[in-house]
Amino acid sequence: MRTSTGTPGGITAQRLAADVRSGVRSARAVLEEHLAVIEAREDEIHAFNLVLADEARAVADAVDARVTAGEDPGPLAGVPVALKDNMCTRGVPTTCSSLILEGWRPPYDATVVERLAAAGAVVVGKTNLDEFAMGSSTENSAFGVTHNPLDPSKVPGGSSGGSAAAVAAGFTPVALGSDTGGSIRQPAALCGVVGVKPTYGAVSRYGLVAFASSLDQIGPFSRTVADSALMLEIIGGHDPRDSTSIPEPAPDLTSVLDRGVEGLRIGIIQELSGEGLEGIADDVRARLHEAAAALEAAGATVATTSVPSTVYGLSAYYVVAPAEASSNLARYDGVRFGLRVDASNAGDMNSATRTAGFGDEVKRRIMLGTYALSAGYYDAYYGKSQKVRTLILEDFARAYSEYDLLLSPTAPTTAFPIGEKTADPMTMYLNDVCTIPSNLAGHPSMSVPFGVGDDGMPVGVQILAPATGEPTMFRAAAVLEAAAPAGHPAVGGMTVGPAGGSAT
Amino acid sequence: MSDDAATEIVPGWETVIGLEVHAELATATKLFSGAPNQFGGEPNTNVDPVSLGLPGSLPVLNEQAVELAIRVGLALHCRVQRSVFARKNYFYPDMPKDFQISQFDLPINEEGWLELADGRQMGIERAHLEEDTGKSTHVGGGGRIHEAGYSLVDYNRAGVPLIEIVGAPDLRSPEDARSYVSELRSILVAIGASDGKMEEGSMRVDCNVSVRPMGETELGTRCEVKNINSLRSLGRAIVYEARRQVDLITSGERIEQQTRHWNEDEGRTHKLRSKEEAYDYRYFPEPDLVPVEPSDEWIESVRAALPMLPRERRHRLADAAGADTTTAALTVERGMDDLAVEAIAAGADPVRVLVHVENNLAEGAGSLTAASFAALVTMETGGDLTATQAKTVLAALVADGGDPAEVASGLGFEAMADGALEAVVDALIAEYPDDWAAFNSGDEKERKKKSGFFVGQIMKATSGQADGRAVNELLARRANS
Amino acid sequence: MTERISREDVAHVADLARLLLTDDELDAFTGQLADVLDHAADLEALDLADVEPMIHPLPLRNVLRPDVVGATSDRAEVLACAPTVEDDQFRVPPVLGEAP
Repeated sequence: MRTSTGTPGGITAQRLAADVRSGVRSARAVLEEHLAVIEAREDEIHAFNLVLADEARAVADAVDARVTAGEDPGPLAGVPVALKDNMCTRGVPTTCSSLILEGWRPPYDATVVERLAAAGAVVVGKTNLDEFAMGSSTENSAFGVTHNPLDPSKVPGGSSGGSAAAVAAGFTPVALGSDTGGSIRQPAALCGVVGVKPTYGAVSRYGLVAFASSLDQIGPFSRTVADSALMLEIIGGHDPRDSTSIPEPAPDLTSVLDRGVEGLRIGIIQELSGEGLEGIADDVRARLHEAAAALEAAGATVATTSVPSTVYGLSAYYVVAPAEASSNLARYDGVRFGLRVDASNAGDMNSATRTAGFGDEVKRRIMLGTYALSAGYYDAYYGKSQKVRTLILEDFARAYSEYDLLLSPTAPTTAFPIGEKTADPMTMYLNDVCTIPSNLAGHPSMSVPFGVGDDGMPVGVQILAPATGEPTMFRAAAVLEAAAPAGHPAVGGMTVGPAGGSAT
Repeated sequence: MSDDAATEIVPGWETVIGLEVHAELATATKLFSGAPNQFGGEPNTNVDPVSLGLPGSLPVLNEQAVELAIRVGLALHCRVQRSVFARKNYFYPDMPKDFQISQFDLPINEEGWLELADGRQMGIERAHLEEDTGKSTHVGGGGRIHEAGYSLVDYNRAGVPLIEIVGAPDLRSPEDARSYVSELRSILVAIGASDGKMEEGSMRVDCNVSVRPMGETELGTRCEVKNINSLRSLGRAIVYEARRQVDLITSGERIEQQTRHWNEDEGRTHKLRSKEEAYDYRYFPEPDLVPVEPSDEWIESVRAALPMLPRERRHRLADAAGADTTTAALTVERGMDDLAVEAIAAGADPVRVLVHVENNLAEGAGSLTAASFAALVTMETGGDLTATQAKTVLAALVADGGDPAEVASGLGFEAMADGALEAVVDALIAEYPDDWAAFNSGDEKERKKKSGFFVGQIMKATSGQADGRAVNELLARRANS
Repeated sequence: MTERISREDVAHVADLARLLLTDDELDAFTGQLADVLDHAADLEALDLADVEPMIHPLPLRNVLRPDVVGATSDRAEVLACAPTVEDDQFRVPPVLGEAP
């Protein structure tokens, strides 16, 4: 167990903020503790593209000054936060782990960044990701692989692998990632932390570098369910700068956490839980059923249900997402920002720049997406996939007329060794089979750690809810958290025992 | 409907024309962000993350642009409907995102028409919203594209709202095309949607031209001509292109569907690309924007607030004047139809009113009111003022206003009573018997010469107050008597 | 392996997307893209004639903003990102041909 005097392992964001606000601890002291943990293990894990030690110190000092002056420092005062490096931070490099944006300093902040700053949070660094968020292992980064803190020979998952690892390693109590096909939930499962993809439109995408516009959402990583609830209350809510933003304030989540699941109807999605689908490992399936049992014991009714169209999700996703990405990534042309490789004319300059600047996975998806949209193929691919989304929505609607929540594994297996799945793209894509459907439907879902697999590595259970169903979803998550069997001891230095409760 | 043979570019061939017009909308801000929509300005100062297409930026639709688009649609008698934005994907340095947000399958306005001055209605297929590109300036090599050393790009214009108006191939001559563009411009200006300045680029015209043998109903293959910067170029380009196509067909060749570039200096078009090379834009619905569904209430409130449009003005004036809309057109173009209609309603002779507008009010109506205009025209038609005097009084009313009777008497104008005039003529005949004899000699040349002599003498004797027409009539009556 | 996507198709879309591929890459990518499209072939079995494509995950309509001038970017900050700047504009190599 990697705990030692002064490690913040096990400290929650809620507790830290309360301590800083009341003056019990200074934001600066909190920060220095976390910087020390980063210093100790970052070389081994490589969660960050960039650690912002000096900048963070200045922010922490400013928070302390407000506390001293008797001003409200915000609900997240002094809480160290890590941001996936595809969220714009003004004046600070935002690379999307791509050579094409190496060194690019955006002239503006993403909305979520502004909201965190207003809440008094302290951004400690920009975390590593699969290039432009395309991947499930963080092995597609141009700046090196991130290692799973619980077993550095293994992947942390992706694409938000750096943020998941940062929380799992105790670098920060909370982090932000983005999720297009599972890029928050899957790394959360593989690293043994909580990860949430909110309802599409619940969190502003303004300042999130776009991958697939109709699927992308920003969401939190944390060690506790309560911390993710708190993060969503702060970063969520209507943003007039995002036309796809839900025109409501962020829902209250922290106050519903202890309502339990008495009387809730919960359905295990048959098609994603191993009976219909190859590839879900036995130990993962076992943890899922234990989780279902825990929910039953807490007063929910649990049964198996069918959401048939989910089996088509992978296919539809690997058409729609690349199609939108091929258009979103056209702007990386060497003209206005980022890498430029010169040539005698503008068109050749575009080609030389993009060829040098993009990695193979990004190129693959751009070409796939271009093909799916091209003349003669639109109806067969993009058009058809958008119809499959309607089918999936309809199937979910039928399921949600009978059930309040749905359940499935988050990922088919526990974390796999670095390099094991890189030979064949399709093999890697299969990691997303359980997470993709809620992106296609725009529904919220989250991964809660629930025990370990046969290899001792964490397993995550996925809770799915209908659009804006976060309150109910979080109620079930809190129950699972309390009931979870022993997790990997090294997750942020925190043990979650059968007696329940999060660490202090 | 074909024009008469006198306007055919090549005898026996019909020219078919459809125009695509892009007009910049007169909003305060850009289509998808709050950056200013302003002409001129230092380069790259009217920009923000959205208009630069920076990673992470997102579009948000300008309400006023939608309002103006609805106005345009209603003014062009279109169906205003639910619409969706779409991405048009291609690489070009003046495109910040390397895709343009436009409308494709579901445009905001469809199936309308506009009416030319002569009453013919020309179809409008659609009028949709899209964003403008930035501007590139070519540097080096004389400033021409193919010899340029490099380009400089300014994104001030990127994101400015445009309305693209696609006309049906209903036009049949360069004159039709110019009339269509003028009418469209008048409409856009009247409703406050755009200032429609072709030379400044706030209105741009591309034209589609095809030809077919006169009497043939099937359309020929069309070519699109771009880079037309004035009404004059529009006419010239159509003539050139029609002749080019006829020449090709008559020498046994097929017309290849192409996009061509008009070269004003050389007076010709040249090929840019053919249909086979047509770019694959890979249109798909814009995922960052939601559909626009203007409510019936919104549409009706826009309709109710529309000003009187040029077509309605022409018809109103034509009805009031007992004339046709072609005759009424000039007065409406000059913005003087309100004045004319009121003057006619006050009893002025309609024909004289329109003639005065055409001949004497080219510089504007200034301080002239409808009441004084009507009074003046009535004085003229009643014989109180000669035509020449009326013109002078009118000029004074335009410059300083006032009452025509007072202005006239102030100028010492009184039309000569006929009796007094006859006395003057008799006196002159008595004074110049030889000239009068020559006037009556039967020789045409002499008559003309002496007519001028006597008219001049009469004017001198009456200090210019004799009415020219009355003088000639009197001389004619007295001749040979 | 089915001819789901040909080498020529891949070369064409690479060109459309302004990506230069070596011959080896062209071969490798063709195989990989064909694999993905092969997997997506399960969609072909579906009869979706009566199904509407999803316009949006959310039932939002008419999201509009008032026509009021907002903040503009600081030009120096924006141009500082640019690879090459001249006369306060973005400098690029000459463009061959007109916009498509």
